Amino acid sequence: MNAHRADVVIVGGGIMGAATAFFLRKRGVSVILLERGLIGQQASGVNFGNTRRMGRPVEQLPLSNRSRESWLKFKELFGEDVELLLNGQLRVGFTPAHEERMAKYAQEAQDFGLGMQMLSANALHERFPYLGPELTAGCYAPYEGHANPRLAAPAIGRAAVREGAQVFENTEIVRVEKEGEDFRVTAADGRIFRAPVALITAGAWGNRISAKFGEPVPMIAKAPQMCVTEPVPYAIGPTTGALADAPEQSVYFRQVARGNIIIGGGGHELVDLDNRRAYVNPSRTLLTLKNAPRVMPAFNHLSIIRVWSGIEGYMEDSRPVMGPSARVPGLYYAFGFSGEGFQLGPGVGDVMAELIHTGATTTPIEHYHIGRFAKLAAQPA
Amino acid sequence: MAQPRVIIVGAGPSGVRCAETLVAAGLRPTVIDENRRDGGQIYRRQPDNFTRPYAKLYGTEAGRAQSLHESFDALRDKVDYLPETLAWNIFDNKLHVVRNEVSSAMPYDALIICSGATDRLMPVKGWHYAGTYSLGASQIALKAQACAIGRQIVFLGTGPLLYLVASQYIKAGANVAAVLDTSPLMRRVMALPKLLARPSVLLNGLGLVAGIKRAGVPVLTGITPVEIKGESESGVQSVLIRDSRGNERSFQCDAVAMGYHLRPETQLADLARCAFRFEQETRQWLPEVDEDGRSSVPGVYLAGDGMRVLGADAAEIGGRLAAMAVLTDLRLKVSDEELQGLRAEQASMERFRQGLAQAFPWPAEQAAQLPDEAIVCRCEAITAGELRHVVCGMGAQEANRAKAFSRVGMGRCQGRYCGHAGAEVIAHAAGVPVEQVGRLRGQAPVKPLSIAVREEQE
Repeated sequence: MNAHRADVVIVGGGIMGAATAFFLRKRGVSVILLERGLIGQQASGVNFGNTRRMGRPVEQLPLSNRSRESWLKFKELFGEDVELLLNGQLRVGFTPAHEERMAKYAQEAQDFGLGMQMLSANALHERFPYLGPELTAGCYAPYEGHANPRLAAPAIGRAAVREGAQVFENTEIVRVEKEGEDFRVTAADGRIFRAPVALITAGAWGNRISAKFGEPVPMIAKAPQMCVTEPVPYAIGPTTGALADAPEQSVYFRQVARGNIIIGGGGHELVDLDNRRAYVNPSRTLLTLKNAPRVMPAFNHLSIIRVWSGIEGYMEDSRPVMGPSARVPGLYYAFGFSGEGFQLGPGVGDVMAELIHTGATTTPIEHYHIGRFAKLAAQPA
Repeated sequence: MAQPRVIIVGAGPSGVRCAETLVAAGLRPTVIDENRRDGGQIYRRQPDNFTRPYAKLYGTEAGRAQSLHESFDALRDKVDYLPETLAWNIFDNKLHVVRNEVSSAMPYDALIICSGATDRLMPVKGWHYAGTYSLGASQIALKAQACAIGRQIVFLGTGPLLYLVASQYIKAGANVAAVLDTSPLMRRVMALPKLLARPSVLLNGLGLVAGIKRAGVPVLTGITPVEIKGESESGVQSVLIRDSRGNERSFQCDAVAMGYHLRPETQLADLARCAFRFEQETRQWLPEVDEDGRSSVPGVYLAGDGMRVLGADAAEIGGRLAAMAVLTDLRLKVSDEELQGLRAEQASMERFRQGLAQAFPWPAEQAAQLPDEAIVCRCEAITAGELRHVVCGMGAQEANRAKAFSRVGMGRCQGRYCGHAGAEVIAHAAGVPVEQVGRLRGQAPVKPLSIAVREEQE
């Protein structure tokens, strides 16, 4: 069988892999993108759909801002509309401690262009009269928004194809090895893909490949718990998230232009990576239904019509693995985005393409280098 | 050993007979019923203050209806009956039910899903106008509330229910404008040998058709629906079809009852993670079961039209068979003679079902001919053209992928109305067999769940 060959082979066709393939092609680099199922079908397709920057660690904001540039010209870049709606982001809190957390963040992140405004209880309820009386403070970031995750990564994948990327869907990968100067990637059906550079964007499965190269990372797969209401007239502007003292208590929601309100929260379920399906635990759904009306009492008049989940890779330190391998020349990683990868997707693609093509990047990503787990690899098995 | 926890979902013909068989064996099952009273859809009981007699309500099936109701009345203190209760999810061997906005999780050793069937629908241009109802809904309006869906009604579709509901409307004094059947008469003739498996039912059916014609109602077969004409303000105005000779004909009306036979309600089986198989004859996915109703998941059983549409009489047999399967698996005694007898009876029901599938085929070709502007998904208002675009322009050749891109099947009905037709549109646009398109994955809640619902406090 003839081997497929390119300058770069990417394993994993989520939003990270698809975007990197696209930006590599923009730089004239030939690229093969391999996806076990369909482009953007796992975490990239089933997440909440937030394109927010507020709340991210300050060290991540340059990357997030770079990604925002791509989101703002999504249609121009990738050729399709993905229901991007920029009506702001609102964080709300129930306690003085929540207010303090929000104020501290607004202070720390003030130089990154988010335009955050702290709102007292009165200002909050005056401006967003639909919010529940228990809320005591808020922080509003006017430029944030959300997009449709079911559409975004596939659109980027199609754009990559139009730019000349070789995209192989339904291609299960069984081995990734370094053979001389080349990486040799073997599919379950025996097809071979070769390139001198390999990028692993395999999301929750990324650790399985990095471990094979002697770089295991502490990551677990978790399933976010989503639900959506029937459509109602568009009334909620900003994506809204309530601060919580435990993950189970968290609740966040956004209304799409056609009216449905998507609600997430209730913590996460663990998943079995081998069966590749994530489930929604009804107890978590019920928890979300209990918590959501505390933020917006009118929820009690609506029904949910659907729940869903997906498989996301969460790092122990909540920071992704992004950058070159610490051990293998030519090997790169971008996975483990810990439930916060959707907004970063186009920016990660842009940065990884730059890094692979030029050997350096203008956006700082050293916090995410896999070398931070080197001790883990040195431990006896 | 503690009393095994056995839950039956549904109190129609299969659920009631299942409960009866389990009670006779000394068990005390819980019966979950979405309705206010037992009887299911077919033997739905009228509200307490209504006084129509059995013969008037159920026609030729009055005896069976009465017998089923009496059987259940006799069981009432031997089962735990929860009416007006929706089974909305299954997770971790627990059935999640909601009643009066309180949700509770019920663990089970055996779960028998007797969820019944709903109309199988094929879109036609204009079917979103107010005044278009499914046959089932039209029948419920009449049976439960003594209401007609309009003043002048066209019955459109195919299958036994088309003629049954039309004749019930005529008997009730409604003005039926026409009965328009997509299946050609020849198909019925060819299906006769199989339909003769139940001669009395066949005779009943022929009698219904004759009665409709005697009432002066036009009955056309082999027609092709073209359009339901209407206005968004005032609703349905007429139905335009091509007759079997290819001539366009229009029938004035203010309501349309439509349906193309029935489809099992399989969401719960799906949430229980039962395996499904594609049935070529009826072009649909059905839960995999053995001859007594055991699903692929241990402890989960199916019976009645919710498993495969065999009709009410067969549902009674199916309920008994599933109960005997439960008893056998719990290592309780069942009569082998009775089991063999029920299986033999069910075999002739199955033969009749195949006859019906042959006589009243699902008009898959209509999906291919749907004009681009016709709505496929009524909940989300998505047209055939939009669905075709995600297939041809965005590469979505699988049902769930096409749903993710187009929203077809994503609304309130979760694909009940549009799922089958959507799959046909996708298959035709992609040029692949419909089984390759797959089926929409079931997602909780089975029906919309109020956000005001609260978890039961232990």
